[in-house]
Amino acid sequence: MSFTVFATAIISAMLINNVILMQFLGICPFLGVSKKSSSAIGMSAAVLFVMVIASAVTYTIYDLVLFPFDIPYISTIAFILVIASLVQFVEMVIKKFSKPLYKSLGIYLPLITTNCAILGVSEGNITGIWTETTPYWEGLFTAVSVSIGTGLGFGLIIFAFSSIREKLDGSNVPAAWKGVPISLVVAGIMSLAFLGLAGII
Amino acid sequence: MSKKENFLKGFFKENPIFVFLLGMCPALAVTATFETSLGMGLLVVLVLTGSNIVVSLVKNYIPDQVRTPSYIVIIATFVTVVKMLTFAYAIDLYDALGVFLPLIVVNCLILGRAEAFASKNNVIDSAIDGIGMGLGFTFALVVIGVFREFLATGGIMWGVYLPFFVDAPIHLFTLDWIINLFADGFVIADYGLAVFSLPPGAFIALGIILASFQFKRSRQLKKEEDEKKRFIEEKKKIAMEKKKAKALAAAKLVKAGE
Repeated sequence: MSFTVFATAIISAMLINNVILMQFLGICPFLGVSKKSSSAIGMSAAVLFVMVIASAVTYTIYDLVLFPFDIPYISTIAFILVIASLVQFVEMVIKKFSKPLYKSLGIYLPLITTNCAILGVSEGNITGIWTETTPYWEGLFTAVSVSIGTGLGFGLIIFAFSSIREKLDGSNVPAAWKGVPISLVVAGIMSLAFLGLAGII
Repeated sequence: MSKKENFLKGFFKENPIFVFLLGMCPALAVTATFETSLGMGLLVVLVLTGSNIVVSLVKNYIPDQVRTPSYIVIIATFVTVVKMLTFAYAIDLYDALGVFLPLIVVNCLILGRAEAFASKNNVIDSAIDGIGMGLGFTFALVVIGVFREFLATGGIMWGVYLPFFVDAPIHLFTLDWIINLFADGFVIADYGLAVFSLPPGAFIALGIILASFQFKRSRQLKKEEDEKKRFIEEKKKIAMEKKKAKALAAAKLVKAGE
């Protein structure tokens, strides 16, 4: 548990293995919600929030419940149920304690249940970080660091992309390329730029 | 809707990827080669058919409030079964698909079909819908996969990830022999556009394919619009002629009266 682990996890999850451009998780909100910068920021804040909580909870469940009881094959079912109920629970808590936060995040929270980025990061934590011998707290710390980095990377890309898209709306695009096709090609060019960051760690 | 229409609608008219843009994550992530796309598509067919059948069987016993979570549990069960089968029979495919195998659970296509079709129709129709939509999804993935693998390596391989029917990996299709007629010892794979097997190529390839679909559709729409315009103009012409004839007849009557 050290700052180096934290910083490495953040940089590698945010810039090098970017969740959208390199791992292709969360493409639906990437194409759907990124039409306006304000909604992009709201969505990415909600994703970051849920992602950190969800990865901590799923890692804990896997390490302390599923593995000791010898039922790790059930992880997919357990994780999706935990995430779905967690999102509902978070929504209720926010509604109760912070009205302004609920107003800004509320509409995005139900969309997150079927966001593959959350389940993808939870599963990735198990295959990538979890081992039989890793102490619980150390693994949990790494998992949370990776999920913070992933959430920040999601926010960075979705905000940058929404800014590009606002510019794109005013430009003269051929009819066949209008809408999703040109957005995908723009994403491809962004992905090329991020490919250049591979290998800096 | 007849059974045949129900089966065929997933390929072009209601194609999940090219028309509805559902399940874009696997469409970008696992389509680096023809084989991984085919494998992913067939797994989705299995899960979609199974979940559609079970959902249509139990639809009357599920209270409306807990509909979505129950569907998700049914889908997750089938995904777990399929995951274990892949691990047992095609371990290379299992490694290549990685996290996207459990992520079939959150594929919008499967939950969407359960909500929109299987919860309202009988078992046989739901099964046909599951197979048809799943094969439509597979078709889309295979189109992207062939496009990307061909541009990246100049050929299509079989037997690397799906070790069925052959003992060692073989080329299903390659351009090597054409070029070898002119230059000996030339390996086309060295000159492939490697970017198409990397993440940026996935975005660009899907963009190009979607644009070609949109191009075709926009031309069709334009044709239909032109036809409509012509039809309206013809009707207007006929109405005008009728009016003219009426006016002439009235004028004649007036003349005759004088």
